[in-house]
This record gives sequence, C-alpha cells and structure tokens, in this order.
Amino acid sequence: MSLKSNVLLQGVSLLALLVLWQLAASIMESRALPPPVDVLAAILRGFEDGELPYNIGITLARVAASFVLAMAVGIAVGIVMGRNRTIDRFFDGWLVLFLNIPALVTIILCYVWFGLIEAAAIAAVAINKIPTVIVTVREGARALSPEYLEMAQSFRLGRVKTLRHVILPQLFPFIVAATRSGLSLIWKIVLVVELLGRSNGVGFQLYTFFQLFDVASILAYTLTFVAVIQVIELAGLQPLERHVNRWRR
Amino acid sequence: MAPVSRLEIDIRQKRFLPVGQARAHTALENLSVTVPEQQFLCVSGPSGCGKTTLLNCIAGLDRDFEGRIALSPVAGREHPVIGYVFQNPRLLPWRTVIENIELVLPDHQGHADTVDKLLEAMGLAEFRHTFPGRLSLGMERRVALARAFAVQPDVLLMDEPFVSLDEPTAQRLRRLLVRTWQERPTTVVFVTHDLREAIQLADRILLLSPPPGTVMADIPVTLVRAERSDRAAIEVFRTRLFREFPSLNGDL
Repeated sequence: MSLKSNVLLQGVSLLALLVLWQLAASIMESRALPPPVDVLAAILRGFEDGELPYNIGITLARVAASFVLAMAVGIAVGIVMGRNRTIDRFFDGWLVLFLNIPALVTIILCYVWFGLIEAAAIAAVAINKIPTVIVTVREGARALSPEYLEMAQSFRLGRVKTLRHVILPQLFPFIVAATRSGLSLIWKIVLVVELLGRSNGVGFQLYTFFQLFDVASILAYTLTFVAVIQVIELAGLQPLERHVNRWRR
Repeated sequence: MAPVSRLEIDIRQKRFLPVGQARAHTALENLSVTVPEQQFLCVSGPSGCGKTTLLNCIAGLDRDFEGRIALSPVAGREHPVIGYVFQNPRLLPWRTVIENIELVLPDHQGHADTVDKLLEAMGLAEFRHTFPGRLSLGMERRVALARAFAVQPDVLLMDEPFVSLDEPTAQRLRRLLVRTWQERPTTVVFVTHDLREAIQLADRILLLSPPPGTVMADIPVTLVRAERSDRAAIEVFRTRLFREFPSLNGDL
C-alpha cells in the first residue's frame, strides 16, 4: 500500500471514531460522556491557564527520570546475568519475584518506607520496570556472538571499547524492545504514583477531576498525553532506530 | 644479526573436555616449535588436527592447555600485539571499513596516515566509509587483512583466510598478502589445509599429524620468492614433499 493511501485510511479511521463518539454522546446526553467539542474546549482551556502543559511537563519529567534509571540498571544487570551463569542462576529467583509484584504494592511500599517524596515516586516506577528490562536484555546478552567477542579479545580492545562497539550494538534490538514496552508501561505507572502521593502531574489532576466528576477534563488530559507520547515515539525513537540500523541492508 | 625468536610454542597437551554427547578429545600433544622473528610459517595438516586450536592458544583466546607459549613484544610495548585474520572476516557489520580498522588501534595516536596508506595498498581507499555488509567476501577479507596489519602485530595469525573464494580472487589476495608482509615484515603463523598455498606463501611449513596434532614434519621451503608465482615449480616441490613424506595425505 502506498504511503498516501495509508495516511488517508488512518485519517478516515480516526474520523470514524470521532463520529461514533459524537453519536454516543448525543444519544446519552450525560456528563459522563461529553461530546468531542467539549473535550476540545477543555484542552484549549487547559492550555490557556497553563495547567495542562505544566502538569504534562511534570509527568514527562518523572517518566524520563524513571525511564533512564530503569534502563541503566536493567541493561547493566541484564548483561551481567546474560553473561555469567552462576550469577544468573543465583538471582533468577529474585527476578521472578520482582516480575510478579504488582505495581501498586511497590508504590505503596516505597511511599511507606521512604516517605511521600519525589525520589520514592521515581524509584517505585523504576523498580516496576527494571525486571522486564533485565529479562529482555539478558536474552540478548545470552545470544552475543562469540566470534566478535574473540575478535575483541585477540585485538585487546579492552572493556570499554568492547562494550561500546561490540556488545551494545548487538543488544540494540533488545534495548529498543525494552524501550518501546517501557515507555508505554512507565507512563501508566507514573499516573498511579502521582495519584497516590504527589500533588501535581497528570495523575494528580485526573484524581481531582474524578472527584469533581469532570469527565471532559479527564479525556482532555488523557488525549493530550497520548498525543505527546506518540510524538516522542515518532520524532525520537523511530529516527534513532533508523540511524542506528543504517548499516543493515 | 641472529634472528630473535619472539614466538616459542611448547604445548604438552591441549584437551577438550566432554560436552554433552561429545567425548573428551585431545587436540594437540607435544607440539614444540620456535618461530624466528619475521618468519612466514604455514601450519598444515588434515582437518581436525588442531590447527585453529593452536592459533587460539597463541592468541590467548584459549589458555586452558598444558605447556607454555612465549611471545615477547617489541621494545617499548607492554604486551605483545596480535593481529588475527579469522576464517570469517569477523568485521563488525555496524561499523564502516575505516571504523573497523581504527577500532583495533590504540587510542590517542595519529594513525590516520598509516591507515590511509594501508587502505590504499589494499585497494580499499574508496570504500572507507562503506559498511561491510555491502562488500564482497573478497573485499571483506582484504579489510580483515588491513585490520590485522594496522596494529603492527608482533605475530600475525591467519586461519585459512582465503577459503571459499574463487581461485583468481584467492590468488590476488595471496599476492597482496605477500607484498604487504614484505613491506611490513612480521612473524606470521598461517593455517591452511592447502599444501600448494602453503608452498607458495611460506618460509617454512609445519605439518601436523591427525589428532592429537603433533609436528609430523618441519619443512623449509627452499623456493625463492620469485619462483612462487610459477605453478609448475610449486607442483614440483609438492611432488617432492610427497616422496619425502610418504605419510602425507593425498588431499593436502
């Protein structure tokens, strides 16, 4: 399918969703389901008083901080566990445990143990994400080509060069997979963290609107945030991926 | 000046432990050889006689053997430097030709000139920014050769670097190798199962026995280098070897 007809199809599909939404809203005529126009008005209002960009900015900063923390720790531990069988066997049980702890539990415990502070919020999100990064990166580290590692060893590349030029490029597809799933998971958890223990950010705002029964604002924040995440994916991740994969034919 | 021997190999035994269904296997036994500086040594023998294992022991990739390998670096170097040309070129596909070569060089030194000259000599100058995936196998092998020479190795290890090339290409690469080696002399240990290739390239041929590999014959190649491009001369020398060493296998 050509790019043009693809874009056209997606446009029509979005339009159909809007029409459906409008129809449902007119039939229900309830505050529980405001029509698209009301949501658009809420978005514009949010931009006018600055509340919407401010809170989205706060949430994005938390997403970024937890994301960087989770990826750094997850990649490092994933490589070590993928390359060392003893360490892998020793910590595998821990990993299974952490993989199965519900996000809500981690969040509550972090707030209980460290207090209602920013660091606890960031740590709680990162702890939820780290195990899945480890599992993904470990898979890649297990499959590293011994041929390239031997080349690196015989030419005495040293640890830093080997990591940067030999190991990380081979792990890149796995890191991208972890990033993709990470971004979508992390921003959802950040909202819960904000709802439970922060006084700003999208999650906090949603909670406020919930108490006011302001569904239009809830949808306004949600749609805007989804759009921002999409932009990050399209303008950040995809070009980066193309650049790093330019050597593939 | 008496030739300094930089490479002394004395392997009493190299065993591979049983893995799964595979039984333990002795790859090398009582293999003792001294390679004088700047000698071109070819190691040949039947398949499975431990030729690649020997290279891996010299390269330090395999330290699990009984015996000793001494390789002394040139003055001013802390460690001996090894150039390894593997059977598969093993170029990093996500780095360009020039990046692959610069990667193995020590940091913070002006190598640009050396690398440029080497690329020029190898006929790779216009491909410096090409990714290996876009090169033919013959070209990739040339890059691997350039990479190994670029480090100015104390010993250059080569593991059947010209197999699975068509004969004219292999022949061009052999000539290129000899020319480059004559311009940048170094000790070479070249593994091949092709006796004609060994005769054409080597100062000395080491024939290994079927496993466990040990030195079956140590043959100086007396042909002068100018005669090496003459097929007939190589054939005569090969026939003579077969007569002198009746145990030589017909497939060599």
